[in-house]
Amino acid sequence: MDNHTTNVLVVGVGGQGVILASDIMSEVFMEAGYDVKKSEIHGMAMRGGIVSSHFRFGKKVHSPLIMEGEADILFAFEQLEGLRWLNFLQPKARIIMNDHKVNPPIVNLGEMEYPQGIPEIIGSKFKDFYLVKGTEIALQIGDARAANVVLLGAMSTFFDIKEELWLDTILNYLPPKVHELNRKAFATGRGEIHQA
Amino acid sequence: MKKLMTGNEAIARGAFEAGVKVAAAYPGTPSTEILETIAREYKNIYAEWSPNEKVALEVAIGASMAGARAMASMKHVGVNVAADPLMTLSYVGVNGGLVLVTCDDPELYSSQNEQDNRHYARFAKVPMFEPSDSQEAKEFLKLGFEVSERFDTPVMVRGVTRISHSKGVVELQEPVVPPVPIEIRKQTAKYTMLPSFARVKHGVVEERFVKLLEFAEKFPGNRIEINDPAIGIISAGISYEYAKEVFPNYSYLKLGMVWPLPKNLIAEFFKKVKKVIVIEELDPFLEENIKAMGFKPKGGKNLFSICGEFNPLIIKKGILGKRFKAPQPVFEEALPPRPPNLCPGCPHRGIFHTIKKLKLVAAGDIGCYTLAAYPPLNSLDSCICMGASIGQAHGMSKALEGAGKGKFVGVIGDSTFLHGGIPPLMNMAYNKSYATIIILDNRTTGMTGSQEHPGTGYTIRGEKTHKIDFVRLAEGLGIENVRTVNPWNLEETEKVIKEEIEKDSPSLIVTQGPCVLLRREFKKYNKPLMVDSTKCIGCKACVNLGCPAISYQKVEGEMALTKDGKKRKGISYIDSTLCPGCHLCYQVCKLGAIQSQDEKPIFGFETM
Repeated sequence: MDNHTTNVLVVGVGGQGVILASDIMSEVFMEAGYDVKKSEIHGMAMRGGIVSSHFRFGKKVHSPLIMEGEADILFAFEQLEGLRWLNFLQPKARIIMNDHKVNPPIVNLGEMEYPQGIPEIIGSKFKDFYLVKGTEIALQIGDARAANVVLLGAMSTFFDIKEELWLDTILNYLPPKVHELNRKAFATGRGEIHQA
Repeated sequence: MKKLMTGNEAIARGAFEAGVKVAAAYPGTPSTEILETIAREYKNIYAEWSPNEKVALEVAIGASMAGARAMASMKHVGVNVAADPLMTLSYVGVNGGLVLVTCDDPELYSSQNEQDNRHYARFAKVPMFEPSDSQEAKEFLKLGFEVSERFDTPVMVRGVTRISHSKGVVELQEPVVPPVPIEIRKQTAKYTMLPSFARVKHGVVEERFVKLLEFAEKFPGNRIEINDPAIGIISAGISYEYAKEVFPNYSYLKLGMVWPLPKNLIAEFFKKVKKVIVIEELDPFLEENIKAMGFKPKGGKNLFSICGEFNPLIIKKGILGKRFKAPQPVFEEALPPRPPNLCPGCPHRGIFHTIKKLKLVAAGDIGCYTLAAYPPLNSLDSCICMGASIGQAHGMSKALEGAGKGKFVGVIGDSTFLHGGIPPLMNMAYNKSYATIIILDNRTTGMTGSQEHPGTGYTIRGEKTHKIDFVRLAEGLGIENVRTVNPWNLEETEKVIKEEIEKDSPSLIVTQGPCVLLRREFKKYNKPLMVDSTKCIGCKACVNLGCPAISYQKVEGEMALTKDGKKRKGISYIDSTLCPGCHLCYQVCKLGAIQSQDEKPIFGFETM
């Protein structure tokens, strides 16, 4: 293992399962033998606010926070949130983004527009960019809440870690009655990246 | 065995491994999950939500008197509430070890101020440990109990939000059997702080402080790491990790114990390195105390702000100064913000809509409902501390006299009321107020993620228990006018508030709407409402309720006209996946454009 620490920024909106996804990722990488730290702010964020989780793995990790301009991977569960965090990325960062929009209150009030063409903006600045229909796929499978597992499936293809470790860790966090659904969500998510 | 744990989970684990018998707390971000973890994972520890932090600490003091290891945990401002027992607890000391955990909140992620609780350690003359990651959080908790018993002192462990809510790898160990027997004890001179006994104890506290200084010098958690001797960093807690991240080659004095400070060790560090910089979040606590010892650090708060949370970039910028190159932003357009919001169906929304409609000033308090200060509700006007709304409303009544009649209310949540609202409500009756107080009884402690309290009827572990009746309590305190309202019924709510604010005697209105997230209180949710796009004129009456399920969407062309030919710029839309069917929007729509899908529309819900 080299001394490099990999920085993953997981972002979205309260209620989307951002924290669960970063919990699962941290555990997968700990089991794979890395030192791991992750951090996020709960509290008021659970009322529909912005959620951002910093997740770092490597040989020895000191800070639980990623420095601006140094995130290697952006894992965005919502388009506007993906756009909001671009300045945290290093120039060659990889972006995996859910193709989904959640209006902030100010947009609901009609006082600001939801930005148009976010995937195009991101694609023009970062080449290593993947748009995944996580929420749409999860709805097709049967439950919008499985979107985070679809996205984890997509994310998992970028690391040299056994598929079983990912799946076992995910299922460990979920009640048995939704295991079948989430197996399917994970497998479908993995397929999405191969097609991209 | 290794496990990934948040700082809070690690603190709970530390309590378990230390053999703690009693743990008490009041919920408060970022400390809440400490006691929740204990209640969930460590069944042999007695855990309770106390009504406030003062009670929680007193419960811990009682358990310690009986010889048990005991812990109280709270957010930084909670220690203000518990400060009264804390200051004298320092005099009486302990039998079983006692640790008070304070979780500070730099950056005010979910707090009303940014106070630095390291000052409490100095103020109360007690030792304080500060972990810099989850592993240390567990270790320092355990050590805290040993130090507490060895020096006959309460011990404080300080975390910050970034410690509480960050995960790191923790090595688990088996619990120990605490050395102090649990038994009834009669130790009048030790525990009864009559002046004659307390004078003696003050001397004991000062002697203890000298012994703690000696301990701090040898404590391995205070350590010198010599690398490049050109720059030496003195730091503690999370700031140490940030500094190590960006400047791994500098030399460090890492302080695991932030009070009292090891003078000899600090002197040794100053001898070994050329230039010393103190890096600490919030107040210059270490810096000022180090300067008071006669040392001259080159950097401290001249390089770093007293305000806000640190991160590695701030450390880099502070140290490098002009040599610092900021990362180039790739995207600079202003984006719509996403502030926290009251949930769809929230029982508070109708009350604040009515307060706004009646143009009342609302002395507010601490909870989800504090968010009503934001647009579009804009109907809460103060937030100071737990319970303050009631005393403030009373004070306004006395200052304004007749001129204030009918113009203001006090609003407070159920958990907040039980925390600090009973004495001021008693005062309103005793001192003949005319103020009206609204208890927003949503049957839970909402903002911190739904915790039980004495008004819910359940303990932290879900056992049924006595449930406070707010109406009877208020009557017992002498409040003459006590009313209840369905907060989802706007007509009823407005009528009751209007009647009560005109009265000459104190009034209490108790809302009867549970938190919409509290599944057990609802027989069922309603069907989502729908906007009839042929009738909606885009007046925004529903949109201005600030419900996340309702949005305003611009329309063009054919859609810019209603069925009967009226022009419109936009229409409302209700997201059926978010709407639980509270029917507030149904009531504010004057055009009948919002349609209920329930056969017989009810205002609010069928609750338990």
